[in-house]
Amino acid sequence: MAQSLALRAALLSIAFLAAFLALWQFAVSGTGTVADMDPEYAKLMGKTATQGTSAMPGPMEVGKKLWEHLRRPFYDNGPNDKGVGIQLAYSIARVLTGYLFAFLLAVPLGFLIGMSPLMSKALDPFIQVLKPISPLAWMPLALYTIKDSNASAIFVIFICSVWPMLINTAFGVATVRRDWVNVAKTLELGTWRTAFQVILPAAAPTILTGMRISIGIAWLVIVAAEMLVGGTGIGYFVWNEWNNLSITNVINAILLIGLIGMVLDQLMAQLQRLVSYSE
Amino acid sequence: MSRHPLIRIEGLAKRFPEPTGKGTLTVFEDVWFTVDPGEFVCIIGHSGCGKSTILNILAGLDNPSEGTVIVGEQAIDGPSLDRAVIFQSHALMPWLSASRNVELGIASRHRDWTNEQVRAHARKYLSLVHLDGSEDKKPAQLSGGMRQRVGIARALAVEPKILLMDEPFSALDALTRGALQDEVLAIRQATEQTIFMITHDIDEAMLLADRIVLMTNGPKARIAEIVENTLPKGRQRTELHKYPNYYPLRNHLLEFLVTRSKELAGGVGAGDPRAPAIIRPVAEAGMGTDAADIGTVHTAAPYRSRPAPTRIIAHANGNAVSPNGDAVLKRPGRSS
Repeated sequence: MAQSLALRAALLSIAFLAAFLALWQFAVSGTGTVADMDPEYAKLMGKTATQGTSAMPGPMEVGKKLWEHLRRPFYDNGPNDKGVGIQLAYSIARVLTGYLFAFLLAVPLGFLIGMSPLMSKALDPFIQVLKPISPLAWMPLALYTIKDSNASAIFVIFICSVWPMLINTAFGVATVRRDWVNVAKTLELGTWRTAFQVILPAAAPTILTGMRISIGIAWLVIVAAEMLVGGTGIGYFVWNEWNNLSITNVINAILLIGLIGMVLDQLMAQLQRLVSYSE
Repeated sequence: MSRHPLIRIEGLAKRFPEPTGKGTLTVFEDVWFTVDPGEFVCIIGHSGCGKSTILNILAGLDNPSEGTVIVGEQAIDGPSLDRAVIFQSHALMPWLSASRNVELGIASRHRDWTNEQVRAHARKYLSLVHLDGSEDKKPAQLSGGMRQRVGIARALAVEPKILLMDEPFSALDALTRGALQDEVLAIRQATEQTIFMITHDIDEAMLLADRIVLMTNGPKARIAEIVENTLPKGRQRTELHKYPNYYPLRNHLLEFLVTRSKELAGGVGAGDPRAPAIIRPVAEAGMGTDAADIGTVHTAAPYRSRPAPTRIIAHANGNAVSPNGDAVLKRPGRSS
């Protein structure tokens, strides 16, 4: 039954995709009105003006372009023309660097906040004020202080991924079952063994949930950050292709951003499965 | 009875500030009793009388508002491996296998041991509670009874001076509970382990305990009396009801829980809290087995230096007698 459900769901997914592609093809295949114009002038104009075709590429066009990108993902013809693989690699590297720094700060600090009601109360106002700030609002400050666009983008990733990890770690640590802490006390596990052998594994699923939310937010924010700082990265690629008026490449980039985001999320889900426990 | 009790609970009280902010709420006060080495003591009382708090104080997980607990020669100060706890909800770490759960405490007890030694020791105790072959299973893969067995193995494996059990079998079905009671009985006979246990179950107390401490209802709960188990040693769960003293003992306990714990609540008719009355319900010769009566009245020995007249509320045939009622005995010996 479960297998048949999966099969039916897959068939339905394919049907939805086919319907979407057909609709897309239909929407862009119509022709608009063509104004009479001087042939010399017409040479300067695009097909939209001269033949009435849609400026929006159809699925076939996008697919063809995607195939080109995937065949040569890592070519480098200078700053304005790099393979999409290189751009994605830049983005992923920035996300992982900022994320790593956020992890190194958020998990120990969250542990401290979760363990100490005093620290929890003392730091709460700062967290409450800093958390709702859009990470991009930090960008000018980062550019001014760090004076490096790449590092500023990494800082923005850091600041946006730190909060879910911090809050979830603090929550996970603070809500570890009383019984387990009592067991650790009566078995004289000591501070460090209690922290690493009882509280950390007990809070791990909650911490991983925070990490999973963080990686998702970081991947959302990197596109916007790279549009601002420019130079390299998938966000820059999207903006650059918009300036080139290559809607085909923009659509391809959107597709790839979605796929990479899904992969990152699934990796975190795997990690989550690794530390989860059933009672 | 040994002249040197292993645990001495002296003048224990727990008070909380009232939720309204005015005054304090006394859960229990003036709790005095002792546990001898190798003895099995059960404490019975209704919810809210603070028996779990007493156990947590013994474990070092809670602090009394007044009084001290002396184990051996020292007042306790925080938790210790010498006082192992078996929790009501097994409290196993769900991410660790049964064996790793047991190993946690062993590694604290024997810090110089190799992993091999620790593992072998854990296996020995898992085998003691008949869990051979389940060492590598996670708690989620074990039944409720098996989980509690792991909890017992974890507590025993640190070789504590005292085993503290907080209603350990109350979450289990009747059949499993019976099997685990037999297990505890067997372990205790084999190891002479000193055990202090909270229970709601009269039959459990009668099967396992040497002495049963009865607490009045809270707030201001205290020890009403201490009942000596008059059933013979080596008793069996399935044979329990055939012993002549079974009904006198059971009726006495049941009647206490049903009526007298309420009547005595709030300090009504209190005797000397330092030397609670000791009761031995036995069957009277020539009477039916359901005739409950007070057998021998003992003098509580440990606090001879502070004698006080103690009235013992006697009752016959399972009927309660009011504290001011007819059957009041004077404690033999001195009075002031």
